[in-house]
Amino acid sequence: MATQASQTASRLMLSPAVLLLFLWMIVPLGMTIYFSFLRFNLLMPGTEAFTGFENYVYFFTDPAFWPALANTLTLVLGVLVITVIGGVALAVLLDQPMWGQGIVRVLVIAPFFVMPSVSALVWKNMLMNPVNGLFAAFARGLGLEPFDFFADAPLASIIVIVAWQWLPFATLILLTAMQSLDREQMEAAEMDGAGPFWRFLHLTVPHLTRATTVVVLIQTIFLLSVFAEILVTTNGGPGTASTTLTFLVYMQSMLQFDVGLGSAGGIVAVILANIVAIFLMRMIGRNLEA
Amino acid sequence: MGEIVLSEVKKSFGGVSIIQGIDLTIDDGEFAVFVGPSGCGKSTLLRLIAGLEDTSSGTISIDGHDATHLPPARRGLAMVFQSYALYPHMSVRKNIAFPLRMAGVPKDEQERKVEAAAKVLNLTPYLDRRPGQLSGGQRQRVAIGRAIVREPSAFLFDEPLSNLDAALRVSMRQEISELHRSLKTTMIYVTHDQVEAMTMANKIVVLNAGRIEQVGSPLELYKSPANLFVAGFIGSPKMNFIAGAEAAKHGVHTIGVRPEHIAIAADGPWKGVVGLAEHLGSDTFLKVQVDGIGPLTVRAGGEVGLNYGDTVGLAPQAGKLHRFDEGGRAVAG
Ligand SMILES: Nc1ncnc2c1ncn2[C@@H]1O[C@H](COP(=O)(O)OP(=O)(O)O)[C@@H](O)[C@H]1O
Ligand SMILES: [Mg+2]
Repeated sequence: MATQASQTASRLMLSPAVLLLFLWMIVPLGMTIYFSFLRFNLLMPGTEAFTGFENYVYFFTDPAFWPALANTLTLVLGVLVITVIGGVALAVLLDQPMWGQGIVRVLVIAPFFVMPSVSALVWKNMLMNPVNGLFAAFARGLGLEPFDFFADAPLASIIVIVAWQWLPFATLILLTAMQSLDREQMEAAEMDGAGPFWRFLHLTVPHLTRATTVVVLIQTIFLLSVFAEILVTTNGGPGTASTTLTFLVYMQSMLQFDVGLGSAGGIVAVILANIVAIFLMRMIGRNLEA
Repeated sequence: MGEIVLSEVKKSFGGVSIIQGIDLTIDDGEFAVFVGPSGCGKSTLLRLIAGLEDTSSGTISIDGHDATHLPPARRGLAMVFQSYALYPHMSVRKNIAFPLRMAGVPKDEQERKVEAAAKVLNLTPYLDRRPGQLSGGQRQRVAIGRAIVREPSAFLFDEPLSNLDAALRVSMRQEISELHRSLKTTMIYVTHDQVEAMTMANKIVVLNAGRIEQVGSPLELYKSPANLFVAGFIGSPKMNFIAGAEAAKHGVHTIGVRPEHIAIAADGPWKGVVGLAEHLGSDTFLKVQVDGIGPLTVRAGGEVGLNYGDTVGLAPQAGKLHRFDEGGRAVAG
């Protein structure tokens, strides 16, 4: 890719793909922006009209808006904390030579292959259910009152479910990073008299910052749009206790058939995602530079 | 103090025997070099001494105390690794001070020792850089500095120069030799390069397939190799081995003669044709196809006017022949 001709050729070759990707993004985005300025309710066809920022005003003044925003950030942050700490711990354990390593690694990765709605159903009906669930059975076995997870701690329960799904991803990325840690470095520290805890804190953790950055960035993108787990378990309730922005948009556009309001919510979610992304890149993006 | 005694040391990995019974004494203040082909177990032996691997059997004693089951940090040894093994997130200063910090040495004393080591190793201008910002030779110096400040009873080096370019290797070799002369501390140095072994060692330990082939000073190994392996491994270019009728004349299975011990003489007993001539200016290496014997490497001092296809007469120097029996062991006389 050095000569003028090969550069021109490579641009030419790339352009159809780039153009397709651009259209793929810009058409839905453009339509959503357009709809967000319309009065557009599917129950009242033919009444579409330009209304300016009215949809946005409705969305922001919706009593569920601020709780939803707080819930979204709590969900993202909670899952990130659990998966990063748990991922590092699991990666350290899986990096130890042990019998049956291959099988254990496959088992650890397994949750990642379960569809979100399926895993949410399993957690809801088989584990966290206050009557039939495994946890309730344990509680009764210990003579305790079973805990009604989705009624009493809906957001925390959803955080646990989503964290369970993303833990394998974090573990996998961190494990590969762990394996590239120079063994001689560890041995040198051992000879210099550093204990295991010190070695972990001052050699392993700094070595993992880059991989952790990747985990945080990628997971944030997906966690902002968590939906199936909420729909299947709590439906956003009780009240707005587990309603996130994504779920609020769904409720307004799908349940009230209000395309305009839903689109405005979607644009707000896009803006929020970008704010989070800029914030993250500022904070940890430089970890990715070589 | 830094006497290291190995007795009956064995090591196997998952049933594969890698170190097959080593008995060895390294005296205090000695510069011992473990040399041998790649994969012969040099690093493993060094790691056993360091305590980074457990012995399968046998004992290791350091300074007269049994150290076989001591953890690495309590053996009082410092190691310099092939990959340098510097801590990438710390400055050079912190890297060098690290073992002192772990030992709980007071801050101002740490600082003093780091400055002193940096001065010896010409690292003073780089103390506040990260290892990633240094060249290979400088990183190696930092690794050595980190070893020096501990004032260990012995230094262990595992092929410390193999990642450096040829010119730097020669100068670092001399620096390490000088360091040994000024510190007078025991050093064990692992290399596959017999030139490093010959130039640096007081005592060379030649290893092959997990066994010691011979132990001795560089010149002892050069003058009287105990067997074919040592004879072939020490010296460059390699010793010529001649079997068959020519060896039978000397009453043995194989005879060996070094390239520098063959003279070019028109009336020599061996006649041959030059196959390859390497003119280095200071020396000329000739590959000569000798009738009834085979190819011989000959080293002629200075520039000789011989080229491909020329016919030469060769005469081995009297008294410089090495004689080996069927098992490859040297035969005296
Ligand atoms: N941890 C280990 N597990 C299994 N085999 C090993 C291990 N370390 C070294 N070996 C084997 O021991 C042999 C000697 O290795 P090493 O001591 O590194 O050789 P050298 O340093 O002389 O090149 C090699 O065949 C290597 O494969
Ligand atoms: Mg080695």
